[in-house]
Amino acid sequence: MKEIMVIVLAAMLTNNFVLSKFMGICPFLGVSKKLDSATGMGIAVTFVMICATIVTYPIYHGILVPNELEYLKTVVFILVIALFVQIVETVLKKTIPSLYKSLGVYLPLITTNCAVLGVTVLNIDNDFTFIQSIFNALGGGLGFMLALIIFSGVRRKLEYADIPETFKGVPATLIAASIVSVSFMGFSGLFN
Amino acid sequence: MADKKTSLLGELTKGLLKENPTFVMLLGMCPTLAVTTQAKNGIGMGLATTFVLVGSNVVISALRKVIPDKVRIPSFIVIIASFVTLIGFLLEGFVPDLYDALGIYLTLITVNCIIFGRAEMFASKNGVVASAMDGIGMGLGFTFALFLMGSVREIIGSGQWMGMNIPALHSNPMLIFIMPAGGFFTLGVIIAVINKLRNRKPPQEISCAECPHAKECGRAGERA
Repeated sequence: MKEIMVIVLAAMLTNNFVLSKFMGICPFLGVSKKLDSATGMGIAVTFVMICATIVTYPIYHGILVPNELEYLKTVVFILVIALFVQIVETVLKKTIPSLYKSLGVYLPLITTNCAVLGVTVLNIDNDFTFIQSIFNALGGGLGFMLALIIFSGVRRKLEYADIPETFKGVPATLIAASIVSVSFMGFSGLFN
Repeated sequence: MADKKTSLLGELTKGLLKENPTFVMLLGMCPTLAVTTQAKNGIGMGLATTFVLVGSNVVISALRKVIPDKVRIPSFIVIIASFVTLIGFLLEGFVPDLYDALGIYLTLITVNCIIFGRAEMFASKNGVVASAMDGIGMGLGFTFALFLMGSVREIIGSGQWMGMNIPALHSNPMLIFIMPAGGFFTLGVIIAVINKLRNRKPPQEISCAECPHAKECGRAGERA
């Protein structure tokens, strides 16, 4: 139990996917303008990360390893994720239209989100068990959502700030992200 | 979209400055920030991406009339992922140090939006030679951007550059520059400086124009 808590908190805070591993920067900068869309994207990514882990882990250990095809993992994982996102979209559309309405628009964005492929590959690289992998994905997803939500608040303030002309727009956003990242550095050394 | 009149040389050089994928089009931000703690790693990552970009551009443009429109995205992904696996083997065999330094980011070249974006915007609409030139130009532009980022961060953050010690900084490096926070900061300042030099207003938004999913997602961030 303690071990699982450590995995979740480490993936969420000390090794935050966005702010310390730089995965999923595009949605972090693109979808963090408003709180609603930041929350929606965060939930969608968490959901897909957990599902992608549940699907890719057995494929790797059940099919690729016994046949000594480990080197195919990049090709297989990315295809499985693309396929999976497509299935989730179709199923949500037919069964829970209200949820599809709020999350559906983010799903196509997720296929090429490096955080999703990243978490599945990291699970394999770190030799996690199946349960540990799922919690690692949960922590990673929650960390992603936390970063997006915090940053959407920062950006709202940034809109009213008086910034030199040259820095307006993307440069100011990146420098604000740098300061948020400094605050997450405070968590480092929490688990050793 | 390629202008019919642009020469092959134009395809090659546009990626270096005018349409630099990182600083002007703001694509491929994840590796730009992640691996640039050293100039050397920046070059390695840039060249590995160039290899994948040229390879996938050539194959995709050669097959552009064979691949049905409906399954083009999965097909592109498989072609790109195959080249990533290939470069992974090459680096592991010949440059193991670089392979270890790049780590998981080597696998993540697969989802680098530069490669996907060029496949969708250029290679699927143009001939093989033009696509190869486009791949080389964009790849070198990306390599240049990573090298610049890596140099700034390495010089200030660890007081070294390509193995040489920088006199004043070596004894008192500003460590924050090789930490994640320094990555965001350096990129922000470089983009601002480049826009000042080009005498242009900095981009206000992360551009959706080149993103292969822009049409489908309908600019999700703004709609919600």
